[in-house]
Amino acid sequence: MQTFYSDLLVIGAGLSGERVACEAAQNGFKATCLSIVPARRSHSSAAQGGMQAALGNCAKGEGDNSDVHFIDTVKGSDWGCDQEVARLFADAAPIEMRRLAAWGVPWNRVVPGQSFYFKGGEKFEKYEKEENEGLITARSFGGTAKWRTCYTSDGTGHAVMCTMDNRCAQLGIDVFDKKEAISLIHDGDKCMGAVVRDLRNGQLEVHLAKATAICTGGFGRIYKATTNAVICDGAGHILAHETGLVPIGNPESIQFHPTGIVPTDILVTEGCRGDGGTLLDVNEERFMHIYEPEKAELASRDVVSRRMTEHMRAGKGVKSPYGEHLWLDIRHLGDKHISTKLREVDEICHHFLGIDPRTQLIPVRPTQHYTMAGIRTNKDGAVYGLKGLYSAGEAACWDMHGFNRLGGNSLAETVVAGGIIGAKIVEFLKGYETTFDTKSINAEVKRQEERIHDVTHGRNGKLNVYEVRNEMQEALMKGCFVFRNKEGLEECVETLHGTMEKARKVGLVSDGVGANHELAAAMKLEGQVRLAMCIAQAALMRTESRGSHNREDFPERNDAEWLNRTLAYWPEGADMPDLQYEDTTPLFELPPGDRGYGGGKIIPADEKYVTERTVKSPVTEIGKKK
Amino acid sequence: MGRQLKFEIFRYNPERKGDVPHMQEFILDETPNMTLFIALNRLREEQDPSLVFDFCCRAGICGACAMVINGRPGLACQTKTKDQPGHIILHPLPVFKLVGDLSVDTGVWFREMYAKTESWVHTNKVFDPVKEEERMDNSVAEQIYELERCIECGCCISACGTARLRDDFMGAAALNRIARFVVDPRDERTDREYFEVIGNDNGIFGCMGLLACEDVCPKGLPLQNQLGFLRRKMGITAMKQIFRKK
Ligand SMILES: Cc1cc2nc3c(=O)[nH]c(=O)nc-3n(C[C@H](O)[C@H](O)[C@H](O)COP(=O)(O)OP(=O)(O)OC[C@H]3O[C@@H](n4cnc5c(N)ncnc54)[C@H](O)[C@@H]3O)c2cc1C
Ligand code: SF4
Ligand code: SF4
Ligand code: FES
Repeated sequence: MQTFYSDLLVIGAGLSGERVACEAAQNGFKATCLSIVPARRSHSSAAQGGMQAALGNCAKGEGDNSDVHFIDTVKGSDWGCDQEVARLFADAAPIEMRRLAAWGVPWNRVVPGQSFYFKGGEKFEKYEKEENEGLITARSFGGTAKWRTCYTSDGTGHAVMCTMDNRCAQLGIDVFDKKEAISLIHDGDKCMGAVVRDLRNGQLEVHLAKATAICTGGFGRIYKATTNAVICDGAGHILAHETGLVPIGNPESIQFHPTGIVPTDILVTEGCRGDGGTLLDVNEERFMHIYEPEKAELASRDVVSRRMTEHMRAGKGVKSPYGEHLWLDIRHLGDKHISTKLREVDEICHHFLGIDPRTQLIPVRPTQHYTMAGIRTNKDGAVYGLKGLYSAGEAACWDMHGFNRLGGNSLAETVVAGGIIGAKIVEFLKGYETTFDTKSINAEVKRQEERIHDVTHGRNGKLNVYEVRNEMQEALMKGCFVFRNKEGLEECVETLHGTMEKARKVGLVSDGVGANHELAAAMKLEGQVRLAMCIAQAALMRTESRGSHNREDFPERNDAEWLNRTLAYWPEGADMPDLQYEDTTPLFELPPGDRGYGGGKIIPADEKYVTERTVKSPVTEIGKKK
Repeated sequence: MGRQLKFEIFRYNPERKGDVPHMQEFILDETPNMTLFIALNRLREEQDPSLVFDFCCRAGICGACAMVINGRPGLACQTKTKDQPGHIILHPLPVFKLVGDLSVDTGVWFREMYAKTESWVHTNKVFDPVKEEERMDNSVAEQIYELERCIECGCCISACGTARLRDDFMGAAALNRIARFVVDPRDERTDREYFEVIGNDNGIFGCMGLLACEDVCPKGLPLQNQLGFLRRKMGITAMKQIFRKK
């Protein structure tokens, strides 16, 4: 068996992972990144919209600063985020965008003079200042007070990912692809690295390091319908969670997007509705205005997803071999609009559906999109429970998103958190020496070898991996999706109990030799069901509605009882998660208030609790002025 | 209802003792909006879980799923079965090392390419976090992005006659990568320095100019223009060097 050593082992080579690795390498430490796919194929490259940073260079971003960005982020989180973290993030974001520019990102720049933009199908005019020519510009995104989203044409994630990966090559960082970490090596106190399966030949390897960072992105694939890449399957979360020592933060906090196309759930932009597209049901009739008379199709992501689900439940969905869906209609926007402003949508329709959106309807349904849930860390990115273990990016619950993340804030988080947490890891590495005890290493390797042997030979049973996985995905879709209620969640937990039993009894149909996919799927199945169970159980316990977590039976946001974060532990041998809670934020720069959208009553928190924790900051005044 | 599709898929698992390369047939009912992503996953989940192939984004963005589809390199995820005949023949991309069945190792190939082309901005400037960003013309930024749209799928390399004949030919993707840095004002490399990298038969002078690369590029990158641009530029650089030597 091959063993590799480095100072820092980064599991995941998306934007967050590579940014962390760069920080370590720049400071003279040896960093290694592992990835299932070549780094540039990481899901970060799929983000087209952009990343938020308060540079305030463009006309509609004038007067923007990190205070305003901070306020938007906290409001967006429905006061579910850690405000210290949101503050760190908002302050560092502009510097990080400039750093990316220096490293090679071709950000779009300010072009002086008059130009036009569209809002809700209407045309507006703006003027860019001469003196700002050539500075990084920004576009508008939902939920922000200013235009703050930096971008490169329609491929921000791709462009930033290229630059970051180039930077890694320049710094001589080992970025290994087709390597999947399958478990952590630890002694109950500190983390020493990971056991890794080479996806070229199926061999196991050991990667040892003084510090390990999990940057494996989201886990949308445990849902049946998701915008996420097929590799976003929770493997990284499972590694940490399985130790029994590390909690998943806010597992119930999952974001859904109203318009994934059917069957593959590829995202079509919100811009369709923004520009005047409508949603139709099985009878090709509009319905959004019935539920939301004022905003109709233009209501927020969460609201539209909820109404669509409600309407399908009422029997108005379109049946298809891939399940029910609704229609998105942009025919009336006309050829010119579609081939210019919505070019990307046009291409998706052409490539993946073989339809022309000028004359045909687009099949859509609400779809899992983002996991605010994640491996719980403190503000330094250090994972609760194990020394030397860190996490950043979508995989982590660093917690700047709380219960709802704003568009453009997650791509920015990958590099900002990567920089901040990378620096903290460097501090840690500077003052840290360790020994790797062969006992822990050998025991872990042996345990994995046995697992592989057992599942390959059907030692525990012969249940079909893909069927059991489907059962889990469907249970979540049914009980733990856009809408939640006591009955549905109880049923979901109950079903998942059964699924858990089954997951322990899967056996391969194939021989599992080489780059076998069935084996990879089987190895993480039980861990996935555990994650699913955490989502369902935490959602059942949280008797309020906050951000993306929506309880039909508890429509209020209840700050009196639920201004806290769920920590879902999975003790060894248990059948249920052990749920604990901690304060949402150690201090308030912005005391709890109204988000300004999404409606709903708020049951206020104890006044004394809030005042005791509120710190003086310029934000309160700016917040009032807005 | 839909057609019955016949798939003929290349099979070979180098890790399995005694395995030999062969073609295997599968039958699948076509459903509306079926892509090769859906079809291959169904084949693996319902018929043969040992089938090896790669997908990641399944949205035509990441380049993971390139394979030879009825004789032509392309992205499987954005290939609709309804645009194909009822008999679909799938092979892995040539040139790259085979991992198994339809999966090849593009990762190592492209990593080596980054090293050869020194695929990063070469500059002596040090980043200053308190300073305003350096300005850039928006049209230049857009020009750079147009060349950076390559998703490293490997289609162009697989379609290239020279790359098939010679292991060390850099291929259109690598030459396009150089062009990306040539147009970037932040990169301080001189033409001479670029010439050292690509001014030879492994680089720009090995290209036969038949442009199979541009025909198959799923991102529609202007490979033809870039190859022409570099050939002219490198031609001039070569001339300058010859004269300088005298
Ligand atoms: C369709 C879509 C559009 C989006 N658009 C935007 C947008 O416009 N703006 C925005 O802010 N956000 C957007 N997001 C969200 C954003 O893209 C992600 O949150 C972000 O890119 C996550 O980056 P990451 O570095 O955390 O992880 P990823 O980029 O997902 O990288 C994960 C890495 O981990 C590796 N990995 C996983 N498991 C293992 C394992 N077991 N062993 C080894 N390696 C492993 C993978 O190979 C990969 O390299 C979008 C998301 C989607 C789905
Ligand atoms: S034009 Fe050059 S790079 Fe392109 S396929 Fe032909 S030989 Fe290869
Ligand atoms: S240039 Fe085109 S064909 Fe070649 S690797 Fe890049 S995207 Fe693929
Ligand atoms: S899977 Fe990403 S391009 Fe096909």
